[in-house]
Amino acid sequence: MKVTKIALLLGAAALVPSLASASTLEEVVKKGDINCGISTGIAGFSSTDSKGVWEGLDVDFCKSVAAAVFGDASKVKYIPLTAKERFTALQSGEIDVLSRATTWTATRDTSLGLNFAGVNYYDGQGFLVNKKLGISSAKELSGATFCIQAGTTSELNLTDYFQSNNMEYRAVTYDTSGQTVNGFKSGRCDVITSDASQLYGLKLKLDDPDSAIVLPEIISKEPLGPVVRQGDDEWFNIVRWTMFATLEAEELGVSSANVDAMLKSENPSIMRLLGKSGTAGENLGLKGDWVYQIVKQVGNYGEMFDKNVGKDSPLNIDRGLNKLWNQGGLMYSMPIR
Amino acid sequence: MNKSQLPPATTGGLLSSPRNRAIIFQCLALLAVVACAFYFTSNMFDNIEKRGITTGFSFLGETAGFGVSQSLIAYDDTTSTFLDVFIVGILNTLLVGVIGIICASVFGLLIGIGRLSSNFIVAKLSLVYIETFRNIPILLQILFWYNIVLAALPGPRQSFSYFESIFLNNRGLLLPEPIFQSGSIFILIAFVIACTAVIFLTRWAKKRHDQTGEEFPLIKVSLAILIVSPLLAYFVTGQPITAEYPALKGFNFQGGLAIIPEFLALTFALSIYTATYIAEAVRAGIEAVASGQKEAAESLGLKKHVILRKVVLPQALRVIIPPVINQYLNLVKNSSLATAIGYPEIVTLFSGTTLNQVGQAIEIIMMTMAVYLTFSIVISLLLNWVNAKMEIKGR
Repeated sequence: MKVTKIALLLGAAALVPSLASASTLEEVVKKGDINCGISTGIAGFSSTDSKGVWEGLDVDFCKSVAAAVFGDASKVKYIPLTAKERFTALQSGEIDVLSRATTWTATRDTSLGLNFAGVNYYDGQGFLVNKKLGISSAKELSGATFCIQAGTTSELNLTDYFQSNNMEYRAVTYDTSGQTVNGFKSGRCDVITSDASQLYGLKLKLDDPDSAIVLPEIISKEPLGPVVRQGDDEWFNIVRWTMFATLEAEELGVSSANVDAMLKSENPSIMRLLGKSGTAGENLGLKGDWVYQIVKQVGNYGEMFDKNVGKDSPLNIDRGLNKLWNQGGLMYSMPIR
Repeated sequence: MNKSQLPPATTGGLLSSPRNRAIIFQCLALLAVVACAFYFTSNMFDNIEKRGITTGFSFLGETAGFGVSQSLIAYDDTTSTFLDVFIVGILNTLLVGVIGIICASVFGLLIGIGRLSSNFIVAKLSLVYIETFRNIPILLQILFWYNIVLAALPGPRQSFSYFESIFLNNRGLLLPEPIFQSGSIFILIAFVIACTAVIFLTRWAKKRHDQTGEEFPLIKVSLAILIVSPLLAYFVTGQPITAEYPALKGFNFQGGLAIIPEFLALTFALSIYTATYIAEAVRAGIEAVASGQKEAAESLGLKKHVILRKVVLPQALRVIIPPVINQYLNLVKNSSLATAIGYPEIVTLFSGTTLNQVGQAIEIIMMTMAVYLTFSIVISLLLNWVNAKMEIKGR
């Protein structure tokens, strides 16, 4: 039960003296793997394949951090969390990094004792409706019933949107995205609202995916990114620069296929990235080949995107805002030098 | 305790006296408990401060900003605060608790009596019912009923309709909502007068029965008084109560009273489950009544249902009430499983959604625990009082 779990976590927080002073990197190295908090099942971001192995963009991020820290992408323990549980799990130290389609907001960043390491997916909230209703715009949704996941920014944005458009709505809130889809399938609600990327995944879970459409309106900004506990700058840097490294690798054209050949590259940026020159890895407290390991074992950002949510995946989401900055998107790595 | 009952204080040193030792050990134990509690709480707050997590109860005044699917008080998504959410949660928990306890008690009593019935089929059906529902985890039952309810019901446009005023669909059960206009106060007054009359009638009937031994058809007459006098008032004052009927408009029905399917499924599952335990308590209570009592009552020529009501049940209640208190507590606590189907009670709304939106786990979990503690203590006190009333009184 959730309350028991949270109470236990709080109890643990009360018992363990000064958790904040222990270095997360030291602890992670000592226990030999990274506890990575992921979702209980969002297609493309973190879900299990037919063999029960976790896969997705968020899962690949967990692997990238493990590759950077251990040189081995498999040293991750995945902890599936509902939206409601995720922050308590991070605060209490049950997980080392939260990689779970989490929106970066001011409240979360400033009042929960957490830090957002960056944005690895620019998203926005959308609506999924049954085609039978004959609706083509969110403006026609007044009076409709919505299925939402409890404790998300979607819940709050929905109220704002309907108030600013002078419309009414009813909400049914569920704990997991699985329950949300079931509510929609059984007709408990007319509309599912969530981040647009998740709606494409939810649509695939319907018995007849073509029976529903995603409406064109995007009603909010949802910058999703990995989160760590506040007060451990060393670990925060590792997570943040792991994300940048995957972007920088894509920008420089370094991929899992050519990374071995790239080791011989004379390009100074690539040499710095792969640890042939400079001390980026050592400064982070990692080995010099940290980016090599990430790209070799997991891939660059573009590869992860295409494989999990983009053109090579069943979701087939357009990269849109998630293109690199020099291709018209918002993805911009701070220079690794 | 009287001083003379304490072990005598001896003169040979402070610690050699058993009495002094007892006092010192008790003080030490108390000190250790207080020190532990102080260490844990100060450590907890220390850690929270180091993490930069906000503390305090000021969040209760902030606007919640999310929708709630059922609320007994006025709740507005855009202006209501987290304190309102807290109250909505408590009331929704109470609603499930009260309705669930009533249903489970009635059902449990009937099944418990049925279990001892001389009718073979009734007895065996009761047995099968008890064994089935007692042995399946309550969470599974809640999910089962919720999914069954939703799967069986049509969409709003194809609703089941009864008399064009009651509708049943997968958004819930829709009933006409009574609207009280001026003058409806007289109906209430008439009802209160009727209740008072019934109380006096009961006393008079009992007195007459004690004196003459004649039976008065108390239940029938009381019911007639309770129904007829408000009805009379209703027509005399010119029918001041009208109803607002639910009507299909746009996506869904508007107006009227809506009972959401989450509530139906949760209350049903909790009642069905708890009733099995109450039924077993009732059976134990009835079996505990000495068979001589029944035989004696039979020899007086009393009818079977009179024996049950006036001889067996009053004695059985003494055995039944203590275990039933536990079942009532369990029912209220089990209502927190509503979080699995999205019924907005205190755990779902407050220690779920609110906790995630503001992140102040300690305050929120403590408030939620305080709510359940209060509920449990109140139920226990009430039923212990009833239990004390039921005890055999020495004359």
